Amino acid sequence: MQLISCTKYKIVFAALGFFMLTISTGCASVKEYQKNKINDAEMKLNARKVEKTELNFQSYREGASGANGGKVGAGCGCN
Amino acid sequence: MKKICFTVLALYFSLLSAFSQQYNVDTSSYRNTKLKLDEVNLVSGYFNQDGNHSAVTGGIGTQQLNDVSNVLELKFLKQNDRNNKYTWDMEVGFDHHTAASQAYINTSGASRTFGNRFYPSINWQVEKSNGFNFGLGTSLSSEVNYHSFGLDFSAGKTSKDKNTSINFKGDVYFDKVVMIEPSEFVPKPVETSLSTYTTASGTVITDGERQTVRIPRTPRNTYSGSLTFSQIVNKNFQFALIAEGVAQNGYLGLPFHRVYFTDGSEKIENLPSERLKLPLAIRLNYFLGDKIIFRSYYRYYMDDWGIKAHTASLEIPYKVSPFLSIAPFYRYYIQTASPYFASYGTHQLTDPYYTSNYNLSAFTSQYFGINFRITPEKGVFKIPFFNMIDLRYGHYSQTTGLQANNIGINLRFK
Repeated sequence: MQLISCTKYKIVFAALGFFMLTISTGCASVKEYQKNKINDAEMKLNARKVEKTELNFQSYREGASGANGGKVGAGCGCN
Repeated sequence: MKKICFTVLALYFSLLSAFSQQYNVDTSSYRNTKLKLDEVNLVSGYFNQDGNHSAVTGGIGTQQLNDVSNVLELKFLKQNDRNNKYTWDMEVGFDHHTAASQAYINTSGASRTFGNRFYPSINWQVEKSNGFNFGLGTSLSSEVNYHSFGLDFSAGKTSKDKNTSINFKGDVYFDKVVMIEPSEFVPKPVETSLSTYTTASGTVITDGERQTVRIPRTPRNTYSGSLTFSQIVNKNFQFALIAEGVAQNGYLGLPFHRVYFTDGSEKIENLPSERLKLPLAIRLNYFLGDKIIFRSYYRYYMDDWGIKAHTASLEIPYKVSPFLSIAPFYRYYIQTASPYFASYGTHQLTDPYYTSNYNLSAFTSQYFGINFRITPEKGVFKIPFFNMIDLRYGHYSQTTGLQANNIGINLRFK
C-alpha cells in the first residue's frame, strides 16, 4: 500500500488544534437564557436530515467522503 | 510526530480538566418517564443524473440514472429519575433506481436496468445528567449486487455550561460485493453433454436447463473513527471541528467496471485492496442580526490512492418569519486524479492498477440550490404534531460533463 505523506495533514491538524485551543480558551461563557439564537434549528452544527440523499450521491460521484455526516461505508453506489 | 502527539494529549487533558467540574444540580424534580415515541421523520428524495462517462462501459457511454429514496425514522425517548435520557432511533430506508449503463453489463445491452436497496438501522443512546453520552448501533443494507452489515459506537462529553462538547464515533462495516462480471468475461459453455456455466445475471445452465444460483461474493471492510469538537463562542457564533480516519480493505473495485487498454484489449478494473482516507473538516455557523444565518463548511481530504480534495460550502438561511426560512446554498468541490485512473483506451498493459471510473479523475464540481423550512406554530396544515417541512432542491454539475438534479423533503412529526 502506498504510504501517505502526512506533512500537510500534520500542519493542517496542528493549525486547527491551535485554533481550537485559542477559541476555546478565549470565548465567553454563554448562559442558557442567551442561547435563543444558538438553539435555532438553522444553527445546528450538522447536516440537515433532508441532505441525506445529496450526501449519498456526492460520496458516490466524488473521490472524497467523510467528515460531513454522510456515509463512508455501506452501499455500493454502483451505477 | 511526537510533538504533535504531545500537543494533542495536552489539548485533550486541558479539555478534560475544563469538563471535570462538579455538577451540583437540584434533582428533586427529576422523575421516571415511560418510553414514548418522541419524533417521526419521513425523508424522501428524487435524484436524476446524466453524463457520458460510465465505468460500466469503460469510461464512455451513458450515465443516465434515476433514484427514488424513502427513509422512515422513529425516535423513542425515555428519562429516568437521575435525569438520564435514553434514545432509541430506528430507521428503515428503501431506494429504487433505474440506470441505463446497467443494461451493458451484458454486451447485448439486455441486462436488467433497475434495482432496489433496503437499509434498516437501529441506534441506542444515553445522555447522562453529568454530561456524558454513550451510544451503540447496528445497520444493514441490501441490494442485488451489494450487502452490508455495520456496527457503530459513540461516546462524548458536554461541559457543565453546555458550551463545549467532544464526541467520538466509531463505525465498522462488513460488506460483500456480489461478483457480477460483464458477460464477455463469464466462462463460455464447454461442448460436453454435462456443460455448466454461470452467466452475468446469475443463471446457471446445466444440460440446457436454467436455474438461478448464488453468485460468489467478495468481502469489503470499512473501519472509521471520527472525533468532533464543538464550541459555542458567543451567543451568535459556534463552530465544530471534525477529524475522521477511514481504513478500507478487501475488494474495493466493482466487478462490472470495464477498462480498455491502448492495444484495444479489455479487462475488469483492478484497484488496490487497501485504502486509507483522512478527511478533516470545520463548520462555522454565525447568526447575523435577527434574520440571517451563515452556515459554512470546509473539508480537506487526502487518501493513499493519490486523491486530494477541497470542499467548501455556504448556506445562508433567511428567516422570513419565525416559522419560515429560505436558504440558498452553494458548494464547490475540487479533487486531483488518482494515478490508477485513465480514460477510455489510454491505460497501458503494464499498469499494475487500472480503472476508468471518473470518480477517481481530476475534476471540479458545483452544487447550488435552495432550501425551504416551514415550522408553523399550530402545525403544518394546522395538523397538531406535524410540525416541520424541509424542502430542498439542488443542481449538480461536474467538469466531467455529469449533470444531476436532486430534490428532497423531510416531514417531521413531533
